[in-house]
Amino acid sequence: MKWIGFALLAGALLLPPLLAGDFYINLASQILIAAIFALSLNLLVGFGGMTSLGHASYLGVAAYISALLTSKYGFGHGTAALLSIAGTTAMAACFGVIALRASGLGFLMITLALSQVLWGLAYRMSNVTNGDNGIAGLTRPAPFGISLESPASFYWFALIVAGFAFAMMAIFVSSAFGSSLKGVRDQPRRMAALGFNPWLIRWITFIYAGFWGGVSGLLYVYYNKYIHPTSLSTTNSAEALLGVIAGGSGTLGGPVVGAALVLLLKNYVSAYVERWNMLLGLVFVFIVLVMPSGIVPGLSRLAAELRRGSR
Amino acid sequence: MTPLNSAHALEIIDLKKAFGGLIATQNVSLSIRPGERRLIIGPNGAGKTTLFNQISGDMRPSSGQIRLFGTDVTAFAPYRRAHFGLSRTYQIITLFAGDTLEHNVTLGLLGLRPSRWQMWRPLAAYGDLATEARRILDAVGLLHLAAHPVSDIAYGEKRRVELAMALAQKPRVLLLDEPLAGLSNSERSTVKSLIAAIPRETTVIMIEHDMDTALDLAETVTLLNYGRVIVDGERDAVIADQRTREVYLGA
Repeated sequence: MKWIGFALLAGALLLPPLLAGDFYINLASQILIAAIFALSLNLLVGFGGMTSLGHASYLGVAAYISALLTSKYGFGHGTAALLSIAGTTAMAACFGVIALRASGLGFLMITLALSQVLWGLAYRMSNVTNGDNGIAGLTRPAPFGISLESPASFYWFALIVAGFAFAMMAIFVSSAFGSSLKGVRDQPRRMAALGFNPWLIRWITFIYAGFWGGVSGLLYVYYNKYIHPTSLSTTNSAEALLGVIAGGSGTLGGPVVGAALVLLLKNYVSAYVERWNMLLGLVFVFIVLVMPSGIVPGLSRLAAELRRGSR
Repeated sequence: MTPLNSAHALEIIDLKKAFGGLIATQNVSLSIRPGERRLIIGPNGAGKTTLFNQISGDMRPSSGQIRLFGTDVTAFAPYRRAHFGLSRTYQIITLFAGDTLEHNVTLGLLGLRPSRWQMWRPLAAYGDLATEARRILDAVGLLHLAAHPVSDIAYGEKRRVELAMALAQKPRVLLLDEPLAGLSNSERSTVKSLIAAIPRETTVIMIEHDMDTALDLAETVTLLNYGRVIVDGERDAVIADQRTREVYLGA
């Protein structure tokens, strides 16, 4: 049973570049990028109980730093990537100190406010960011001299990064630290009495989530070869949050499924219906009604019931 | 670390706590020797749990001092007090309902170990933690339920998990907040013998209403009322005291 699942997954991941046309390969690359982004957000939302509405900050800032360094300041992609990730992670450390002064709704509002500040800066600081025009004409890196210009080669690149990111976050949540994080989510007072420092655990997680958000931002800007303030928008944060909740927060597969769902709806449905957001909303309502804990937990419960039924 | 030969395990000096105009703790001073078994009694609302919350650091006192083995911990966050050897249980069961009993006790062990910061190694790879957690569950008679989630077990068993989590930490000072609350008679005697078996390296301070059971465990008794210490001393003397009868035991 488990092996069939693995085989299906491997097939789904390996097939696009072999069989499908460029449109689908690119769609698959986008899903991988969105999946890393959603997974990093899920560290906060699902495993940490910290619902953030500002996670686009990390994606957008990493993308902007890389775009500016490579296009305006003549940095190579390697250095730019390192500086971009380092800068984004440092920003997460600062934002974490501010946002973690509150919890629950207060935390959500602070993350929202901080991301709005960045979004506003990206629009208004047009001498640096080109404002609403965005920064165009960017290039993709060529790691080890391998060009990533073709959809297939970029897909492989994104797949390797996403695979690594998934593995790292999976280990993170199953580690001793991950258990501390889940404990602090469920019973912060008890955890403190047991000797855990809840604030520090949350802050480290916040930084780690910012780090992987930054990684997804790098892939995002490499893929699009263009960056615009909308990458920092609340809509971008909210779509990812929607994906995490629809897929199943606090699970590893959930954010991946949710991110794919949002992207597929966006790409397919927007071709036929102008107000695709409305359909996304309806799908979301449907999921919440049928599987309140999300698609992945919902389906696994269904599978368990079917197995019990067939016995 | 502070010397273990400090005269008092826990010293509370002129502790005050006010919630607005409501005074929950008034000039409370207590001295508890290492290894002592202290029972804290008093009517509902006497400020017993508020006192515990201040000792464990969940609440900051308005004024006064709390010393653990001679060190002033009044300004310490709860987790730092835990590393100082203080452990507690809760009157309202505070467990990780979705996790197994073994995982609950493991968290108790993990809290005092540096490996709680380890991010690159699955928790399941720590065989010694699992072994130790199962040994503690065995000690409280719950080993057969180790793999069950807490939400599946009975109330009386949850009380014992509360105790197991605290005992896992091998505390120097253990605060038990109504460890017998809501238990049946047979469960009471089980928990009673578990508490009686706590080694003397641990100082035990207990809030409990079940006098029949609790008095057997106690050496000294403190009676609180309206946030004040009314009577404080050797068990039999406190029980015989006229004020204890008036305030608590009833005529």
